[in-house]
Amino acid sequence: MRYYDKLIFELSHPGRTGFSLPASFDASARTNLCSPKKRLAVASSVSDAVPTKLLRESALDLPEVSEVDVVRHYTNLSQMNFGVDTGFYPLGSCTMKYNPKINEEIASHPLFSGLHPLQPAATVKGAQAVIDGLDAALAAITGMKHFTFLPCAGAHGELTGLMLMREYHMARNDAARTKVIVPDSAHGTNPASAAVCGLQIVEVKSGADGLVDVESLKPLLGPDIAGIMMTNPNTLGLFERQIGEIAKLVHDCGGLLYYDGANMNPLLGKVRPGDMGFDIMHLNLHKTFSTPHGGGGPGSGPVGVGERVLPYLREPRTSGFHGNFGVMLRAYAYILMLGKQNVKMAGPLATLSANYIKESLKDCYKLPIPSICKHEFVFDGLINDGACEGKAGATTLDVAKRLLDYGFHAPTIYFPLLFHQALMIEPTETESLETLDEFIAVMKKIAAEAAEDPDILHRAPHNAPIGRPDETAAARNPILKA
Amino acid sequence: MGNFAYFPHTEDDIRVMLERIGARSLDELYSDVPADFIYNKEYDLPDALSEQEVRDFFEKLGKENTQLKVFAGQGAYDHYVPSVIPYITSRSEFLTAYTPYQCEISQGTLRYIFEWQSMICRLTGMDVSNASMYDGPSAAAEALRMAVACTRKRNKVVVSTKLMQNVLDVVKSYLKYPDIEVVYAWDVLEELGPDVAGVIVPSICRHGIIQDLSGMADAVHAAGALLIEYCDPSALAVLKTPAEWGADIAVGDGQSLGIPLCYGGPYVGFLACKSEYMRKLPGRIVGQANDADGKRCFVLTLQAREQHIRREKATSNICSNQSLMALWVTVYLSLMGPEGLRKVNELSCAGAHYLYDELLKTGRFEEAFPGRPFLKEFCLKSLVPVDVLQQKLLDAGFFGALELDGYVTFCVTERRTKEEIDALVGVIKEIAL
Amino acid sequence: MSKILEELLYSESHEWVKVDGNIAIIGVSDFAQQEMGDITYVDAPAEGDSVGKGEDFGALESVKASSELYSPVSGEVVAVNEELEDKPELINEDPYGAWIIKVKMNDESELDSLLSAAAYAEVAK
Repeated sequence: MRYYDKLIFELSHPGRTGFSLPASFDASARTNLCSPKKRLAVASSVSDAVPTKLLRESALDLPEVSEVDVVRHYTNLSQMNFGVDTGFYPLGSCTMKYNPKINEEIASHPLFSGLHPLQPAATVKGAQAVIDGLDAALAAITGMKHFTFLPCAGAHGELTGLMLMREYHMARNDAARTKVIVPDSAHGTNPASAAVCGLQIVEVKSGADGLVDVESLKPLLGPDIAGIMMTNPNTLGLFERQIGEIAKLVHDCGGLLYYDGANMNPLLGKVRPGDMGFDIMHLNLHKTFSTPHGGGGPGSGPVGVGERVLPYLREPRTSGFHGNFGVMLRAYAYILMLGKQNVKMAGPLATLSANYIKESLKDCYKLPIPSICKHEFVFDGLINDGACEGKAGATTLDVAKRLLDYGFHAPTIYFPLLFHQALMIEPTETESLETLDEFIAVMKKIAAEAAEDPDILHRAPHNAPIGRPDETAAARNPILKA
Repeated sequence: MGNFAYFPHTEDDIRVMLERIGARSLDELYSDVPADFIYNKEYDLPDALSEQEVRDFFEKLGKENTQLKVFAGQGAYDHYVPSVIPYITSRSEFLTAYTPYQCEISQGTLRYIFEWQSMICRLTGMDVSNASMYDGPSAAAEALRMAVACTRKRNKVVVSTKLMQNVLDVVKSYLKYPDIEVVYAWDVLEELGPDVAGVIVPSICRHGIIQDLSGMADAVHAAGALLIEYCDPSALAVLKTPAEWGADIAVGDGQSLGIPLCYGGPYVGFLACKSEYMRKLPGRIVGQANDADGKRCFVLTLQAREQHIRREKATSNICSNQSLMALWVTVYLSLMGPEGLRKVNELSCAGAHYLYDELLKTGRFEEAFPGRPFLKEFCLKSLVPVDVLQQKLLDAGFFGALELDGYVTFCVTERRTKEEIDALVGVIKEIAL
Repeated sequence: MSKILEELLYSESHEWVKVDGNIAIIGVSDFAQQEMGDITYVDAPAEGDSVGKGEDFGALESVKASSELYSPVSGEVVAVNEELEDKPELINEDPYGAWIIKVKMNDESELDSLLSAAAYAEVAK
């Protein structure tokens, strides 16, 4: 990657243009036809049509650049970016699997991309068939009844799902249920989503085995509990094996079970959240169903429900039209390629890859919970961080930055919060044995470097377009626009 | 195995990996899952398709859609899409990247978000923009919540019913459960009071009329509340900006900036505000920084505002953005520049006013709001049955005359030619009075 | 090891209080600033705001953390250290010099429940 230091504004040259539009709207015919009444609008320009006091006063300072300037600028920017197509991306809880290219072709198909969202049903039968087909496929995969596709991201799905949880209780005149139980290992979005949905959070502790402690859960249950949010496997990559008992306890107290689908990938083709007793769940189509992350979006976080919550599924309107339809097209294409045959291998191969890396690196990195993991697992830093008299040891951040030098993306770091030096690795099912072996070799090499001289790691990355930035200065004196 | 293009594992690979793990089979990796929960049945999914079968499948479904000339808006506008944009946004370094957590290898994403923030500020006149929101309606709901967070001890918001229906619907859902009182009013100023935190009004109302917001900001501020303006960013090239009206927060949907209709998404919301409210702005924000060598670089900043840190104290749970669509808009605005965006408005405005005149001349309509200024979208009273009108248009390949509050609405963008407009008018002339 | 000044009172949430007549001068302890790391922003109330004992009156932000500030006493905010607006780093450099707010106390007996330096030393470990 090469450092390129321009902003588009810095390429601007007054008078230069990069657009191509018709010279004018030809309205000449209009002037020949005298209108019957003089009060008709006769404006031909914005300044004729709109009173001056409603018009923009300040000049619009957008860049003035040619098309080739634009193409080169953004091509240069792209070359400072790392994507799944660049290399291995073992980012825990993010499921960075390969994004098939046929999906892109389908998503930009003109027979879909030109449809207006308010077109009548008879003119969008194909689009509706996509939504219905995807709904049925996701229901089959998860054991839920139906999905709403309005949410545009996982967190958006959580919010929509919790709204459904509240709708359910309100409809039953059970308004006192305003608390939701969230395990201490949960994704940070869970408590935030609950809070913005007006729910109070009750935290339940994990036991030494990393699983929700059922005995700690029991005293929390009561008539004020709306439900529990669970991630299964949890953020440590461990299957919550007591989920059957947890589901019974929560249901018996009148609450509902919410499934955070961020970690659905190892269960794809193997276990269905609906069968475990979950009433509401979201999926991240950009994780489990291979749609690209796009540098942070657009994603899609459809919410599925079981029988209990089905009557309320259409209540929450959390986005303007039908959700991110373009993302739904991609996910449906992927599911059709998977089919009933390949789907059975998806979760198991993701689980195989994660356990393979875990077993290969546990001699160099601290493994706090040694049991079989699912799609991901967590190390708690280096076994030998190289700390010695007068020299600090290499941290998880240092390991992450050093990986960039070797052409790999870093794992998720400092999450979950249960471990101080958390390093969370998720390889997915789309990486070959050779890629995993290369990664393992590099991780071992980094461990050896740390033991030898942690300063090599402290100063990493050495080969990226930039070194580590001064984030404190950036936050103290924010510069947020050019 | 080995015959599915996305799973590289051969039988041998699987054997080698299982050996390292010390497991005998893939099933053994699920020994921690109670047997009751293992799904051993066949999934109720179609047989796996090949790539060419998938292509044919969607081609066939696509043909079940009717391709129409769009004369409708209501939050989704059929503006021209320059060919450069999909070429850039489909570059895999942008497309297949995650959120820019590792800034050293994400400078491409971080830089274009910084450019997006800058452009949104320049369009709206605001001081600070975030990295984008899911869409305009959800951005409006988040802005109202933000107003409550900005004004201590005020817990009521006033929402103008002049906003488009989908904005009203989303606001209603978002504010239903947190303890915020929502008042809907045609005349928002009548609802001001000491407990009002924020007021949201459109810059162009649901009927297409450009709003005169004179005195609005003063009245809202005098009551101690924040003014939020919902705007069409494309129109801001020519219309008075939220900052010029005195608004504190500007929100809207970036779809009108060259994003294809795509049956409603993905689009992109924007949310920008005055600098004093910067710390309450939800979502991601990119800031400029320097690395150890003093090189200019860009990072995610002010993260202490965000949900993953504030957890149950968060006022928003958004933890991503619509990044690639923000890139889409940034490339669009770079290509268009001030002159191109002005021209988009001129062409749309001329076409819309021409259609307005021609429709009235058919004798099938009356004016709904005589003398009120509009840009590209307008309402008329139909003198013929609306269902007949809509069906005749559909039969001729046009989508327009959406029913709204007892009127019908039309919208014209620069994509509609005079010939298309004349053809649409010709169809209407054939409808019996 | 963090510094604890003998002459101040402390709360369990790591605020310190210096009493000046019926005015409580409030800041955060050396331990708190060390835990937070580089402070990037101080979210403080406005003069004239009322605060309750144990209620949050603002927050400290660092690059990767946010921590609420809890008032050790109830009363009215009579002064806010405006220097911190531009220089939040003063809290890192001199936590006992960089006061955040001054509160005119409603009930001076509330001071009785605060911790002495010796008692706080047990908390700040």
